[in-house]
Amino acid sequence: MPRLTAKSATLLVLAALIAVTPFFFPSGYYYRVGALIFVNGLAVTGIVILTGYAGQISLGHAGFAGIGGYACALAPTHLGLHPSLAGVLGAVISAVLAYLVGRPILRLRGYYLAVATLGFGILVAMVLNNERALTGGPDGIAVPELGLRGLLKDWGLDLTNGQFWYFFCGIVLLIGAWIALNLHQSPGGRALRALHGSEIAAGTVGIDVARVKLQAFVISAVYASVAGSLVALQNKFITPDIAGFMHSIEMVTMAVLGGAGSVLGAIFGAGILTLLPQVLTVLAEYEQLVLGLVMMLVMIFLREGLLPSVLRKLRGRGE
Amino acid sequence: MTLLSVEGLGIGFGGIKAVHDVSFKVAPGEIVSVIGPNGAGKTTLFNMISGVYQPGSGRVVLEGEDVTGMASFRLAQRGMSRTFQNLQIFQNMTVLENAISGFHLQERGPVLADLLHLPSSRRRARAAEAGARELLARVGLERAADREAGNLSYGSLKRLEIARALAMRPKVLLLDEPAAGCNAVETEEIDHLIAEVAASGTAILLVEHDMKMVMRISSHIVVLDHGEKIAEGAPAEVSRNPAVIAAYLGTEEGADADG
Repeated sequence: MPRLTAKSATLLVLAALIAVTPFFFPSGYYYRVGALIFVNGLAVTGIVILTGYAGQISLGHAGFAGIGGYACALAPTHLGLHPSLAGVLGAVISAVLAYLVGRPILRLRGYYLAVATLGFGILVAMVLNNERALTGGPDGIAVPELGLRGLLKDWGLDLTNGQFWYFFCGIVLLIGAWIALNLHQSPGGRALRALHGSEIAAGTVGIDVARVKLQAFVISAVYASVAGSLVALQNKFITPDIAGFMHSIEMVTMAVLGGAGSVLGAIFGAGILTLLPQVLTVLAEYEQLVLGLVMMLVMIFLREGLLPSVLRKLRGRGE
Repeated sequence: MTLLSVEGLGIGFGGIKAVHDVSFKVAPGEIVSVIGPNGAGKTTLFNMISGVYQPGSGRVVLEGEDVTGMASFRLAQRGMSRTFQNLQIFQNMTVLENAISGFHLQERGPVLADLLHLPSSRRRARAAEAGARELLARVGLERAADREAGNLSYGSLKRLEIARALAMRPKVLLLDEPAAGCNAVETEEIDHLIAEVAASGTAILLVEHDMKMVMRISSHIVVLDHGEKIAEGAPAEVSRNPAVIAAYLGTEEGADADG
């Protein structure tokens, strides 16, 4: 079965990259960059399910990342939950909110979801900014320690803070990629891709289009929420920027740049867009300009996104 | 026994009556063809029956249940399937995946099982794949199974669409110009396939321009012109009907029948 190998190949490439790259790190700082790429990759994998599989666009997924992040800040202090459980609570809240926002919207065809999620994201960011008493406002709020690193140390595995988060986020990303790849070839994932191909035809084979769109939206919201929790726990601090509009756009851009239809491609896109600003800092104020130019060129010449387009070219040459 | 009954169905677009007061019945195993000049309202009629358009008036009754204007996925659950004149193929999938999609109602299950690749999810997917391969063989596309659907020829896509519709084991199947764009050999194959499906008890509603095919396989023909039913009956009767001949060849005062 060639499909099985496509899935295992993706996971193997990812696992190898996560395991091998640290050998080339010139300093401990790069563990931080790596972990950031993995977290972004996780959020973007959720976008792959929503946009790449189901063809729906959300411009407010940062809102769910904000909910996941602030759950880790607030639930431990106010509810006495362990930070890890706080992350789970954040995911549940995100899923419920995605359901409530998506249910009325996804019955409609067209770009209503993009507009409604845009509003949702802005709303979450506003609440986080303005409810100072609870969230600390624009200055942000402290997040308690996850405590897993200490536990590992007791078991004899002594990692630096950077190393721990690098590998922890890497493993969570692998799990997230595995789940998204499972969905791709499953009956449920097929239904999503079918409606992306033709909503009319999807209806005639019995696919409840509104329902499966909602499933994709809820699942992708959980990805964003978990990514937000990981950011908060790693930095032990969080600000409302995580829920900001620019962060939502960033997620979609990463997915589309790398290849929204492919999990590996999207993670690749997350890697590039996380690294590029670090590289482009030499350009100072022209950084955004160059980023925009890169994005436009990719969309004009490599519509499917970087990775799928390049792979297709390579395959075409092999034949 | 009637499986599908269309009762006084009508729809207007911006004051123009596209279809007006059309009624007929289809029984299991029967092939009922809807014919008429271009623009007579055949596809519009299909779109109303299959839930793509909301009818302005009249009813669609499937197995005694009023299903007028019901969403197409609910109609699919009740055993109605269709193909499209201008093809609705999942271009983003392989040929095999297109065929598997036809098994959606049989292969769907809890999405959590799909996400975690649980044995139940794999079993459902495997069964659907086996069924899909069988169907592809039946329409002669088994060798194209792993190709991207978008790369297939028009005639092959027509057959793929039929295969996908058959995957649902529909009680009633609406075929909108299944032989359009196919060569003589392909047309004959499709012809046989339709007869076979009807013989297995499926009620078939057919829109087709190939009159030889229509006359050969139809049990019953409904003739539309300018959105109204002008004749109905067995193929031999209909082909002799003066109103039908006038509609196709045009009359002195209305030589615009092919509008």
